[in-house]
Amino acid sequence: MAVFALVDCNNFYASCEKLFDPRLLGKPVVVLSNNDGCVVARSAEAKALGVPMGAPWHQLRELATREGIIAYSSNYALYADMSNRVVEVLSQFSANVEVYSIDESFLDLSGYHGLNSAGLHGYGVEIRRRVGQWLGLAVCVGIGTSKTLAKLANHCAKKGLAGRDGVCDFTVMSETELSNLFATIPVDEVWGIGRRISDRLREMGIETVRDLRDADAETIRARFSVVLERTVRELRGMSCLDLEDVAPPKQQIMSSRSFGQYVYDLDELREAVASYIAKAAEKLRAQDSLAGAVQVYIRTNPFKPKEPQYQRAVTLPLPEPTADTRVLSRFAINILKGIYRPGYAYQKAGVMLTDLQPRKLRQQSLFAHEAGDERAQSVMKAMDSINAKWGRGTVRISAEGLNKAWQMRRGRLSPAYTTSWLYLPVAKAL
Amino acid sequence: MNGCHPFLHSDRADATPAVTSVSLPDTTQRRRLRSPGPEDFPETLWPDRNATILAIPLAAGKVSAGFPSPAADYEDKRLDINDYLVRNAVSTFFFPVQGDSMQGAEIFDGDILVVDKSVEPQHGHIVVAFVDGERLVKRLYKRGSRVALVAESPVYPTIEVTGEMEMVVWGVVVGKFKRLL
Repeated sequence: MAVFALVDCNNFYASCEKLFDPRLLGKPVVVLSNNDGCVVARSAEAKALGVPMGAPWHQLRELATREGIIAYSSNYALYADMSNRVVEVLSQFSANVEVYSIDESFLDLSGYHGLNSAGLHGYGVEIRRRVGQWLGLAVCVGIGTSKTLAKLANHCAKKGLAGRDGVCDFTVMSETELSNLFATIPVDEVWGIGRRISDRLREMGIETVRDLRDADAETIRARFSVVLERTVRELRGMSCLDLEDVAPPKQQIMSSRSFGQYVYDLDELREAVASYIAKAAEKLRAQDSLAGAVQVYIRTNPFKPKEPQYQRAVTLPLPEPTADTRVLSRFAINILKGIYRPGYAYQKAGVMLTDLQPRKLRQQSLFAHEAGDERAQSVMKAMDSINAKWGRGTVRISAEGLNKAWQMRRGRLSPAYTTSWLYLPVAKAL
Repeated sequence: MNGCHPFLHSDRADATPAVTSVSLPDTTQRRRLRSPGPEDFPETLWPDRNATILAIPLAAGKVSAGFPSPAADYEDKRLDINDYLVRNAVSTFFFPVQGDSMQGAEIFDGDILVVDKSVEPQHGHIVVAFVDGERLVKRLYKRGSRVALVAESPVYPTIEVTGEMEMVVWGVVVGKFKRLL
């Protein structure tokens, strides 16, 4: 029988911030999204103050001053390093780990129940203890016979609905216990069920997890989709979803960002577009694909309807699929020149590489010259490895520019405590 | 050095050893109408065109001539300072030191501490601790119900950890390093 665990870091971004700064002990901390817009993570203390997830920071200013809430910009370098460390520790507990998101991983624990005298629950407690001691991060562990159940068990562990010590193991609960528990959980807590589906389910009288588990699978399939039918079966303990070792290659790669401040002129837009292309092309090469087309779009701020509005997106098929940053950015900048209109306050630009294909399957064009392509490939390879070693943007094409005034606003950024010699946390010998 | 020739290697089943030299065909037969081929010289050992080509590393022991390196079989990996200082990389973090209160433990201003969170803090360990909003390096005293953070210099007082105090032992210092130039 399949057994899965879902391990999830509590308040991950906020916990990472608190881990390195002693002044944050016991204080309410929130982490803000790109450009310091909305709250994307809250420490337990901030939750207790009723700070809602997703709240725009500027609306919280008053509460923040009154209650001493401390806000941080998203420190991705720190979170990524801590996330990798968590995954490394989790790999000691299962040979098969799927990194589901930056703060959640699935572990395949099939056949592990005999390993620990305290059973799977004891195993979960040990996972929690080790991540807690080694990394100073609190995690919750949910265990079930399908991924959907493991995720639900994790929710129960986190909310204290079932299990103990931050670990909830459905596999040791009886039919009745589970049924009673499921009857108290609203259906939208189930993995993959969003607002739209749960509204429609409610119209059919399916309100709780138990209702959904006991619903007729065929009807669900007919009225909704195979995906939801699979969810029903997973809730019954039939594992339909395996761990995904490697994310399947993406069909399109996007890179876009709102600007830190409005951008008016073409030169600055060009820098932004070129650097988005650089980022997207790096991802493209990492999955060993080529792009067949490039899309560029720019837009003004739709939430400022009194300002003149403009938006435009154009897709251009490439004469020949490529992963060469220089070629891609040349085409992207040509598109940009075509769609740019002066006199607008641009708030966002983005690029999308589409029509992706594996490098191996590449069709030879009549006009392609193999030698040049190989040279380009090795130039790109060198660029990627230098950037991987010395930091993103160490080597870049000149179109990306040097000053990047349009860049993301991160005014409340904490130091890269673990990934830069310059910003290590100081210990005082006083 | 048998089998180390970077030439063609014959895979024919007969006992003939791999061909390494080729004698030229007899020049007296040059006036034939068609140009001569191997079949015209049955006595000559030709390289086998269908032979499997084996790639053999050319200079594994960096021998240009003469004897192979007598050390080749004893080669070890070059020493890596990480192996010495860091026992558990996943739980190891670095903290530079500011101040002189730990000189008695040979920890000086500007040293970088290697802190391993996987080590259980015990009485006598040097630790990084969070105390009242400060990140401190101290020696941990833990005997009976008394917990204290002790400096390694007479100038600095011992911090007695009491109930109402916010104190977290962050991790155990397992080593230190410093670059001089």
